[in-house]
Formats: sequence, structure tokens, C-alpha cells
Amino acid sequence: MEKQKKGVRLEHISKIYQDPKTGKDFYAVHDTTLEIEPGSFVTLLGPSGCGKTTTLRMIAGFESPDEGEIYLGEEPINELTPNKRDTAMVFQSYALLPHYNVFDNVAYGLKLRKVPKDEIKQRVMHILDLVELTGMEARMTNQLSGGQQQRVALARALVIEPSVLLFDEPLSNLDAKLRVSMRTEIRRIQQEVGITAIYVTHDQSEAMALSDQIIIMNKGVVAQMGTPQEIYYHPVDRFVADFIGEANFLEGNYLGEQDGVASVKMDSGEVFRVAPRQGMHAGDRCTAVLRPEAAMLSDEGGIPCKVELSCFMGSYQNYHVRVGNTLVKLEEHNPQNKRIYRVGETCSLVFDPMSVHLL
Amino acid sequence: MATAKGKALDRKKLMADPIMITTIVLLITFLTLFILYPLAMLLVDSFVGEGSALTLDNFKRIFKLPTFNTAISNTMKIGFTVGIFSTLIGLLFAYVEVYLKMNRVTGGLFRVVSLLPVVSPPFVLSLSMIMLFGKAGIITRHLLGIYDNSVYGFWGIVIVQTLTFFPVCYMMLKGLLKNIDPSLEEAARDMGASRWRVFMNVTLPLLLPGLGNAFLVTFIESIADFANPMIIGGSYDTLATTIYLQITGAYDKAGAASMAVVLLAITLLMFAVQKYYLEAKTAATLTGKASRARMLIEDKSVKIPLTIFCTVVAAFVILMYACVPVGAFFPTWGRKFFPLTTKWFNLVFTRYKGFKAFGDSFMLSLIAAPITALLSMIISYLVVKRNFRGKGFIEAVSMLAMAVPGTVLGVGYIRGFSGGVFHTGFLQGLYGTGLILIIVFVVRSLPTGTRSGISALRQIDKSIEESAYDMGADSFRVFTTVTLPLIKDSFLSGLVTAFVRSITAISAIILLVTPEFLLITVQINEFAEKGEYSLACAFATLLILITYGAVLLMNLVMKYFGTSRKIKEDR
Repeated sequence: MEKQKKGVRLEHISKIYQDPKTGKDFYAVHDTTLEIEPGSFVTLLGPSGCGKTTTLRMIAGFESPDEGEIYLGEEPINELTPNKRDTAMVFQSYALLPHYNVFDNVAYGLKLRKVPKDEIKQRVMHILDLVELTGMEARMTNQLSGGQQQRVALARALVIEPSVLLFDEPLSNLDAKLRVSMRTEIRRIQQEVGITAIYVTHDQSEAMALSDQIIIMNKGVVAQMGTPQEIYYHPVDRFVADFIGEANFLEGNYLGEQDGVASVKMDSGEVFRVAPRQGMHAGDRCTAVLRPEAAMLSDEGGIPCKVELSCFMGSYQNYHVRVGNTLVKLEEHNPQNKRIYRVGETCSLVFDPMSVHLL
Repeated sequence: MATAKGKALDRKKLMADPIMITTIVLLITFLTLFILYPLAMLLVDSFVGEGSALTLDNFKRIFKLPTFNTAISNTMKIGFTVGIFSTLIGLLFAYVEVYLKMNRVTGGLFRVVSLLPVVSPPFVLSLSMIMLFGKAGIITRHLLGIYDNSVYGFWGIVIVQTLTFFPVCYMMLKGLLKNIDPSLEEAARDMGASRWRVFMNVTLPLLLPGLGNAFLVTFIESIADFANPMIIGGSYDTLATTIYLQITGAYDKAGAASMAVVLLAITLLMFAVQKYYLEAKTAATLTGKASRARMLIEDKSVKIPLTIFCTVVAAFVILMYACVPVGAFFPTWGRKFFPLTTKWFNLVFTRYKGFKAFGDSFMLSLIAAPITALLSMIISYLVVKRNFRGKGFIEAVSMLAMAVPGTVLGVGYIRGFSGGVFHTGFLQGLYGTGLILIIVFVVRSLPTGTRSGISALRQIDKSIEESAYDMGADSFRVFTTVTLPLIKDSFLSGLVTAFVRSITAISAIILLVTPEFLLITVQINEFAEKGEYSLACAFATLLILITYGAVLLMNLVMKYFGTSRKIKEDR
């Protein structure tokens, strides 16, 4: 596929819907500007109703934006119908044509493009090989497992060599194990083909595993865009921190910075040493984000706390400890080799200051 | 907030699809010209007097006619009585089927009962009513020795209509009862309620909107019914027959138009209540599917009386239907029963132009059926899967046709097309041709087809069509390569339903048919009017054979070519 890669650009895109109950208009997507690099894998992540699917459907052409302009490469595509857009979508329900077999499903788009028969055959076979479905051409789609159906859907989208591949929660109908192997597969194929991919999901681990860039959406606006690491370690607000992974929020007043370490006086009275944040001044209110796996319990040497829950989860020991009047959740990994604290014990909470992020 | 840009873009995308636009425009034209316009002409006719001033004179005049006032009260009385009886019997049948353990004989009878009204012409029961219970009836005269029994009039119509319409209620209520979650009833039973209390406190309240719905549907059918009151009403006139007589007897077209407006107003009102109030309520109380199978009632004190009642009713209905084909073989109805003879069939084909009648009816229905089926699938597709301005109009008008009694439509066509559109002479050539009969057939069957198409399409995941669209297919390709193959069953059954409805139609047709065309139903009506029941029976028997054959053929075709069902089941 020597086709030139294209990016996608959204400029001040808004979509307005009417609330069916109240009859009031609301923004499903509001003033969203995005730049998606050619060849990159970008995930739109957010809770249901955040506007991620609407955004994807606007890029595909099923919905028309009420404000703004969408570009595919340098070409504005607002006025193009879905069948004229150089995008291909993989649907949540697979949406395979039930009256066609695997081969005809994959060949459908090529037939519409009036590709010669020999070439169709060769291209379909090549793609089926890529998604590891060789030998299944003659099967009807209802004779396939969920994972296989998903591969057909992917093959069908890939075979027409679109500039952009769109995924609408494609793995949510699969069971947990298959989901993990399919996402690795999707990532492998995307990199092999080198196509631009936009992927909608509400599953954060899927987003982490797949993406070059994650776009977190909330209530119709982009909350944060960045690499998985940026989003996880440096969330811009409480919503993002809470949405991605588990997080403890501890509120307090900023005291100041010394030798590259800042300190915060928590409302519970303790002083936490945390990673500094630019633009903070002494006396400012702030929130410290502490990931459950970033701290551990020790007999002494940290912040005093009391164990309220201690629960073995297999790969980790789950603790709830009380620091002042705040409850902090912890995950101690590989608990086999460590001392297990019981409920009611008092102990010490220790963590690397650099792993605590300030909001 | 401005949604204008999004809408403008949607419009532009639509315009980029010429086949779609053409289809929509043609469809709107068709619906406007052949449903809205004739009805509008009725309004114009009845509200405009001699000059061109708006006036209520026509209405004042008809409301002074004693015949008309009697007709209104007759119609309403019959509508209410038939509505209540049909709903009750339908409920009993549905309850027995869903809640009781049935033996195979009863089950078989039930299936036949639900199928019979579909394949039989509308007035078959009136014929057999007269043949069994009339002055020369087999049961009244020959078995019971009653010589002066009159079946004509109120009770005749009520019995015949109830037997004709209750299967519709039965099918509707059966669907609803199946959707009641058995655990609701089991919970009540568990807390100590008797079966009767469970029925009164749980089942019935849940079903109430559905019962209202069934009542109104029957009510509308009853007051729109033309054929039965015509044959068995005697001097007991209903609105539908009065309108017919006003045109064919009194040649009072303006008066008939006003009467038609009155009848239309009644059915539309009922239809609106049914559609927008009761249907929504039914959907709200009975959502989703039953969570698991119901424990069937085996309690003999419940089972035996209900089963016996329903079996007797079902057997009676079947006897009534059987009476017509059997009666066609008796030498002289009411006097001489043996030896059986085929002379009436011979007469039908020799003296009474049977071949022409069948040819005409068959041809016209055969042309109308595919048009109806295709049109209703297109409408369903547009309504369910597409978004555009005018969609509401298309949906509303095609559903509106359901509430328009055939007689009203017939009068509307006479007023609307006899002098050309708006009396300008435009399209005047249409009037009196076979084409206008075909159009009437199409319009009369469109709502049923559309409704079944819509429910079939709603079950298909929207993204299947979207995926085809996304792959590069335009609307036409999506419809032909994806939508139509997936609703093949619905299309086929729509085809046969349209054919059967057309070939058995009479109410609108009888006003519009010209001597050039001989239609079977019109023939049956004529012979029944003249008291030539044997001939009427012979015609009706042949008609039933055709319609039953069509249904059999459809089942056969579906079995071998209807893949879409298999796909649905395998999923």
C-alpha cells in the first residue's frame, strides 16, 4: 500500500442534539479542535455520552457538524457523504452483511469501486492472510466466532485502502481474554499497514495498549490529549486523573519548593513531599494525585496511617488506610514477599515524592 | 445554538444522492395525489356550496336526513358492541393459548381461526350466516324447524363482524400476553393471591392499554366495514352503506361527500387516540421480553371451561367458513341438498363470465401486489433508516390511509378524479380505467405492508446499512444489496398480503369500477343482493381457493428462498 498517509484535522467542531426528554438543545461535541498526525494511532477515550462516538461519526460522515470544518489531509470533507469519504469504519456490532460469505463481505467495497475481478480476488486473499483468516472465505458470517467476525470487519475496512481507519468500540462485544489478544492484533496490523487510525473506546487499558496518542473527552470537550504516559502521570485535571487508572486525591495548601521537591500541607495536618509544579505559589490550594501503586506501607519512616481494609487480590494486596481523615487506597504488588498489615494496625505510608502529581 | 449548518450539510449530502431525491419526490407526489388530495376534495365538496362560498349547508342538509342520523347511531352502536365482543373473545383465545396447556386439536383449531380471516373475502361470514340461520337456513329451518328467523339487522351484523374481527384482537393480545414477565404473576401468586386475583390485579392492569387498543382497532374496522352490512344489514343501514346508496341511489355526490367527511372524522379521531395515546401506553407498560418460559396452568377448573368455550367458538367459526364452499355444491340452497352438483360452478364460467371476472380480478391484483410491496418496503426503509425533511409527512400519510374507510376513499376518488384533478381535466383519462383500480388497491394495502416492513427493519442493526454506505455504496445500492435481501421475508409476505387484500377488496372498488371490468367481489356482492346465494358461494369458493393458494405458495417460497429468517435464528 503505497498510498500517501493522511492526517485528520478538526477545526472548532460542534454538534448539537436535542434532548429527547426535555426538548432542549445541548452540545454533544463543543468547539473541538484536534490534529491527528498521519500514520498515528489515536484513541478517543471517555465515559459514555462524552461525545467520542459522535466525533468519530462526524469524521465518517454519518453526522454533520453544526459548527466547524473537518479536513482529511488538506481537503475539507464536510460536504462529502460517507460513501464518498476516504475513510473506513469498523463497527461495534461488526455490521457484517449477513447474507454474504466472508469473501463477499470483504470484496463488497472493491466491487463497488469496480475493481477488476482478478484484482479483487488477489487483494481479498492478501488481506484475509493479514488478518489470519485464510481458508475461511466461503464461510457465512454467522458460522464465525466473535473474534473472527471482528477480523472480517477489519479486513473489509482495510481492503479498500482508506486514508483513515475508524474504530467504534470494536472489541466491546468480545470476552475479556479475546479482547486483549485482538487489541494486540489490531495494533500489529495498523503498524504493518502504516495507516492512520482513530479508535473510540471507554476502556482505558485498551486505549493505553493501542495508542500513540490518547484524547480524553468529557461532556463534549477535549479534556486532555497526550501520550499514554503523559495522561497517566501528568493528568491536567481531576477528571482525567480519576478516569485513567485509580487515583487518591488529597487536598491541601502549597508550601513551597526546595531542591526540586515541593511540599504541601494537607488538610489532615501532615506535610507531603511531592513533585513540584510550575506556577504554584505558597498558600495556593492544590490537590495531590497519588496512584495506589505508587505508595507502600512500612513500619516507620513515612506518614502515619491506620489500616481499615486489607484484602488479598492475587497479584496485589489491596489496602485502605486512613491518613488524618482521608481514605487512601493502595495496591502493594507481589505481596508474597512482604509483610501484610492487618486491619486496625497503625503503620507508615511511604512514597517517592516524584510520583505524586499536583493539580 | 445554531443547528442550521448541520442541517444544511445533511441536505447537501442528500442532494448528492439523485436516486434518493427522486424517490422521495415521487413518493411524496404519489401520497399527496392519491391519499391526501381525494380526502381534501371531500372537504372542499362538503364545505363549498353552489357558488364558491364556504358554507355548512351540505352538513345541515344531511343532518336533517333521518336515514343519515339513524345510520350514525346504528354505526356507533355496532362499532361499540362489536369492539367489546371481539376484544373479549380475542382475550379469551389469547389467554388460553398463552396460559393454558392446550392439546393439539385445540392448537390446530386456533391456528386455522387466526388464518381464515386473512385468506377469505370480507363477506363470506355474512353469506354463511344467512345460509345457516336465515329463513331457509340449514340450522334454523331444517334442524330446528323455525321458519321465520331473521338474521338481517343489528344482531346479524354484530355476530358476523365479531367473528370476522376477533382473530385480529386475538393475535394482538397474544403478542402482549407473551411479553408479560411470568415472574410478576408468580410473585403475586407467591404472596398468596388466587389465580383470579392474579389475573385481576396483575395481568389485566398490565394489559389494559392493549385491550383499549384492540377495542379501537376493531371499532374502526367495524364502522369502516362495507360488505357485511351491505349483505346482512337488510334495512339496518350503517354509514358506509348509506354513503354508497347516497351515490348510487340518490345520485347526491355532495351529500355523500359530507357523509364521508363525517365517517372519516370519526375513524380519524379513534385512530389518533389509538395510535398516539394507547400504543404509547402499551409500549410503556409492556416493555421487553419475558425473562423465561411461563408455567402453564393445568388446573382443571380453569382449563376445562375456557378450553371448551374457545374450542366451540373456533369450531363454529370454521363451520361458518366451511359453509360457503359446501353450499356451492348444493343443487338448491335451502330446499334440495342432494345430490351434490357442480352446476353453479358451470354457470359461473358459462353464463356469468367467470373467466373474465377471475382474469380481471387476478390481473389487477397481480399488478398491484408487487407495486404495493416494493412501495411499502421503500417507505419503511426511508422511515426507519434515513433522516430527511418530509419523512414525517411520508410516515403520517401512509399510516393515515389505515384510518380511511374504503367507502370514504372511493367517494374521494370519484370527486377527485372524475373531472380530472381539481376538475381541470388534468389526469382525467385515469378515471374509469384499470389503472385507478390498481392505485386504489395499492393505497388500501400500503399501511399494512408498511407497518410490517417497519417492524422488520427495526430489528436490523442500523450499522449494517451504515457499513455498506461507508464502504462506498450509494442509497440505491444499499437498498438493493443490503436492505431488501435482509427483509426478504417481510417483502414476500407483504407481496401476498397485498395480493390477497386486493383481490378480496370491495368497499372502495365498488364505487369506482366500470362495466369494462368484472371483479369477483363485486359479482359476489351482486348475487348475494339478488338472493342468488349458490352463485355467490361458487364465486366466493373460487376466490378462497385463489387466496389460499397464494398463501401456500408464499410459505413454500419462503421455505426455500427466505434466507433472512435462517440468518436471524442462527444469530
